[in-house]
Amino acid sequence: MRSQTPNARKVKNAILRALVYAGGILVCLILLFILVYIFSRGIPSITTELLTTESSYIHDTIGILPNILNTLYIVVVAMVIVIPLGVCAAIYLNEYANNYKLVRVISFAVETLTGIPSVIFGLVGMLFFIQLMGLKAGVLAGGLTLVVMVLPTIISNTLESLKTVPDSYREGALALGSGKWHMIRTVVLPSSVDGIVTGCILAVGRIVGESAALLYTAGFGLILNGFMTALQSSSATLTVALYVYATERGELNVAFAIATILLLLTLLLNFAASLSASKLNNREK
Amino acid sequence: MKAFEVSELSLWYGNYRALHDISIDIPRNNVTALIGPSGCGKSTFLKTLNRMQDLCKTVRIEGEVLFEGEDIYDPKADVNKIRKDVGMVFQKANPFPMSIYDNVAYGPRIHGTRAKKELDQIVEESLRRAALWEEAKDRLGKSALGLSGGQQQRLCIARALAVKPKVLLLDESTSALDPISTGQIEELVGTLKKDYTVIMVTHNMQQAVRVSDYAAFFLLGDLIESAPTEKLFGNPERPETADYVHGLFG
Repeated sequence: MRSQTPNARKVKNAILRALVYAGGILVCLILLFILVYIFSRGIPSITTELLTTESSYIHDTIGILPNILNTLYIVVVAMVIVIPLGVCAAIYLNEYANNYKLVRVISFAVETLTGIPSVIFGLVGMLFFIQLMGLKAGVLAGGLTLVVMVLPTIISNTLESLKTVPDSYREGALALGSGKWHMIRTVVLPSSVDGIVTGCILAVGRIVGESAALLYTAGFGLILNGFMTALQSSSATLTVALYVYATERGELNVAFAIATILLLLTLLLNFAASLSASKLNNREK
Repeated sequence: MKAFEVSELSLWYGNYRALHDISIDIPRNNVTALIGPSGCGKSTFLKTLNRMQDLCKTVRIEGEVLFEGEDIYDPKADVNKIRKDVGMVFQKANPFPMSIYDNVAYGPRIHGTRAKKELDQIVEESLRRAALWEEAKDRLGKSALGLSGGQQQRLCIARALAVKPKVLLLDESTSALDPISTGQIEELVGTLKKDYTVIMVTHNMQQAVRVSDYAAFFLLGDLIESAPTEKLFGNPERPETADYVHGLFG
């Protein structure tokens, strides 16, 4: 190898450092630009009227209350189904399953599901829940589609955290004459609850931010509905409404207001997730 | 009176045979020490006595283990009942990540004791027996993980005593502890034999001499000799035993 003069090495170092710094700074600037741009256009458009009414040509109002509620409904529907399902699946995989081949296949399937583009979940959801099962496009069909979509997130987070529970806890409980399910319920699950919570927060974040999977399954309806009605009638969530207001209605200010709300929600959820994740890490030490 | 009557017990991990035709009677209300070099099968044998070996999926067991006359490997035997009667304290203290009180009350709660007053009484009694009451009584609600290593191990003993077992298995339960904590636990074992049968695995010859009444020497999966401790250490019958207790190998 050709030896370098100390000077050449210094120059090379300086250039590389400049590149690395530039990369870091650029990323921060892009993020900052997006935040400032959206907040500066969105915050002035957030008014009480916007937040508390529905859009109506008769009253000449534009409001996103229905969409806020629809997002909430869909989160509730999806989470109520996905938490028990995902947690039970993870418990089965980690605590009960004896067939390691099967466990590997399921784990692989779960990982693969995480990477599938959400619009495909939407397509399958539409064909399965709406065409085949005869549901109407609405919160129920949309929520069920999202259950399939976030199930892997819940399963893999729960699995991770079940694996951090030391076997000595399990042995200790069994050696006292505890049954297996009692041991899981009283020792294993309480010790892994932070991981389960983290997974749930991440899942809520994905649901709140999801649009593609909901276009065909939850619909575009902008009408204020109660929970029971919304289940079976076309109901746009915040993200879908953003799409509608930005493209079909041309109400860009409303779109930016929704974007601001979504951004704040995402920030809040990410913050909550990292908080519970760091609690989890502390426990492992 | 016998606590355990073991005959022709063999155990395989997959294809590896870890125990060869072990036959031994373990007397009640005495301390029996299982000694031998690492990997000789003494811990493996201990775990067959409360069926903790069941947790290992590749294990196969042949032979008979009678506990108070009942075959514990009978397919109809109630494993949870066996483990309640035959308590176990592990090598490394493994308190649950809950309060001291809840740790001790864990066992009684499994077996149906719910009344607060009754639980309070069991918790105090168990902690007293494990010589931890004075240190723990003011912090019962605090996490058990805040206790020192020796205290945690005594808590595990208290937790095992709380389900009122008949036998207590100690699997090298002092090997991770400092001499003072070890001394406390040895002293404790001495007082426990009044009401319990204690079977302990130990690497420490002096400990076996100090606390046990009977001793059994294992080597490479075979039970070489079992006898009253004084005899096994003072006048062993088999040359391997003599070599081991005199420290020629191990």
